[in-house]
Amino acid sequence: MKILVCMKQVPQKDAPLKLNESGTWIREDVSYEVNEPDAYALEEALRQREKHKGEVVVITSGPARAQQVLREALAKGADRAIHLEDDKFVGLDAFNTAKAFAAAIKDEQFDLIFTGLQSDDYGYAQTGVILAELLGWPHATIIMQIEKTDGGIRVKRELEAGYFQFVDMPTPAVLTIQSGINKLRYATLIGIKQAKNKPLRKVTLGEVQPAVGENLQKIEKLYVPQKTKKTEHIEGAPGEIAKKLVDKLRNELRVL
Amino acid sequence: MADTILVVVEQREGKLNRVSWETITAGQAIAAATGWTLEAAVVGAAAIAAEVAAKKVAKVYAIESPKLEPYTPDAFAAALKQFLGAHPAKLVVMPHTYQVRDFVPKLATAMGRTVISDCIGFKNEGGKLVFTRQMFQGKLAADVSFTSDAPWFATFQNGSFRGDKAEAGASAAPVETVNVDIADGVIRNKPQEVFKEAKQAVDLTQAEVIVAVGRGIKEQKNIDLAKQLADALGGDLAASRPICDSGWLPMDRQIGSSGQTVAPKLYLALGISGAIQHIVGMKGSRAIIAVNKDSEAPIFEIADYAIVGNLFDIVPPLIEEVKKAKAGT
Repeated sequence: MKILVCMKQVPQKDAPLKLNESGTWIREDVSYEVNEPDAYALEEALRQREKHKGEVVVITSGPARAQQVLREALAKGADRAIHLEDDKFVGLDAFNTAKAFAAAIKDEQFDLIFTGLQSDDYGYAQTGVILAELLGWPHATIIMQIEKTDGGIRVKRELEAGYFQFVDMPTPAVLTIQSGINKLRYATLIGIKQAKNKPLRKVTLGEVQPAVGENLQKIEKLYVPQKTKKTEHIEGAPGEIAKKLVDKLRNELRVL
Repeated sequence: MADTILVVVEQREGKLNRVSWETITAGQAIAAATGWTLEAAVVGAAAIAAEVAAKKVAKVYAIESPKLEPYTPDAFAAALKQFLGAHPAKLVVMPHTYQVRDFVPKLATAMGRTVISDCIGFKNEGGKLVFTRQMFQGKLAADVSFTSDAPWFATFQNGSFRGDKAEAGASAAPVETVNVDIADGVIRNKPQEVFKEAKQAVDLTQAEVIVAVGRGIKEQKNIDLAKQLADALGGDLAASRPICDSGWLPMDRQIGSSGQTVAPKLYLALGISGAIQHIVGMKGSRAIIAVNKDSEAPIFEIADYAIVGNLFDIVPPLIEEVKKAKAGT
């Protein structure tokens, strides 16, 4: 099985975010990490390759810093990487990001493409499904299990409120992977060493430019959300906080 | 002719998903702000069209084809694309459910259009519609506009509008059945029966007090600390998704979009940052106490009582104080 994993670099979960001067994006001087669901997508691809042989290729778009995500993936066992490298990729909407990816892989033949189910920055939950439509492939979202079958694959979709569903589908296909589908591995020292010699293809904006159009939607303004709730801060030494809280629990919330 | 807003309601196995009422409310609010006409569509379950027609909408379409059952993204996208070709809408609004997430990006792409997904509100800024959505896991919000041609697609997050505020119509709206033709070969996925994993052993929806843990609990062995607090309060223990993903607590303790939705008297969140997926499962709680060392954690946006600090410092004395209070001292 030849599997492509789409990965994204996002600000670290607890990184304090600052707005840029125009208030349309964050300042770039934060710490980044791999988008968590994408890490699960990579892990699943590696496990599928261990079962069925084949190749795992990772792809990302973004400035030079985004290469770190690919290096980590290669260290964990991915075979090669594709980096659409340009600052401008950060501002593309999901439609155009998918178009750029489709253009970058037009000469490849994958059996499966995995993405995380959504990103921790935009949170659109769209790029994978859009990519499937652009390629003319079937897709399934929020996947918790993948088995190879005679004619294709059987996947387990997570539905809401604890419900699930198995879906049989042909390949090639795009799957968006849910966090928790597997247990993540760590990169080994030897893996990190080997990663340095694995192929990493860089794709410039110019190469995919013909496929990319104007964004179909635009962030007019990014801002710190206005609080709708009045929050009371409880401060002091831990012992004091505990006493104050118990007072609230008893006299205001009446749960004691 | 006035522009049209189309609300596509969601049905599961022939029953209206209650979140659809919220989307109707959203559609009514946008119609009021723009003067556009509000219509609704039911895909593949004509029986619920009458239920929707009781609300204040100009018309309800029942989009029908034998191929719409069971749900597949291929059939839903094909049906709605065909429908929108014959019944143009300016804005198409849907709830941001797992099902909509599964087909609406495909539908919009097939039409060369875009979806502003997971919105929590909208504004009419001098004739320009902008949609508010959370970004960076709720730490920031963005106002997003369409820069492409109609139809525009927008999905609203669970709880963004009040379903019980959906206005009833003076009289029932007309229902029109629209048969769509989905060609053989369009549907590629073969879905099996929907099922529930192992019986839900724990029903957190009935709990009056919930102590929930998130990543801040750091290690599996620390869960016991939260358990002690839950026991002292006579409450139940719950968790955010990463804790259950790690296997530190069983999946039936999970709160959020993929777990249970709860509304206890007290929700005590320990080391939970408050990602959107978690918040949609607990924001209806009567009171929320949050303990987190990150003062910018989104959970504080919805907390009634905020404690910025290390949960490992705060929880032990809290357990003692609760025990003392219960003992009546």
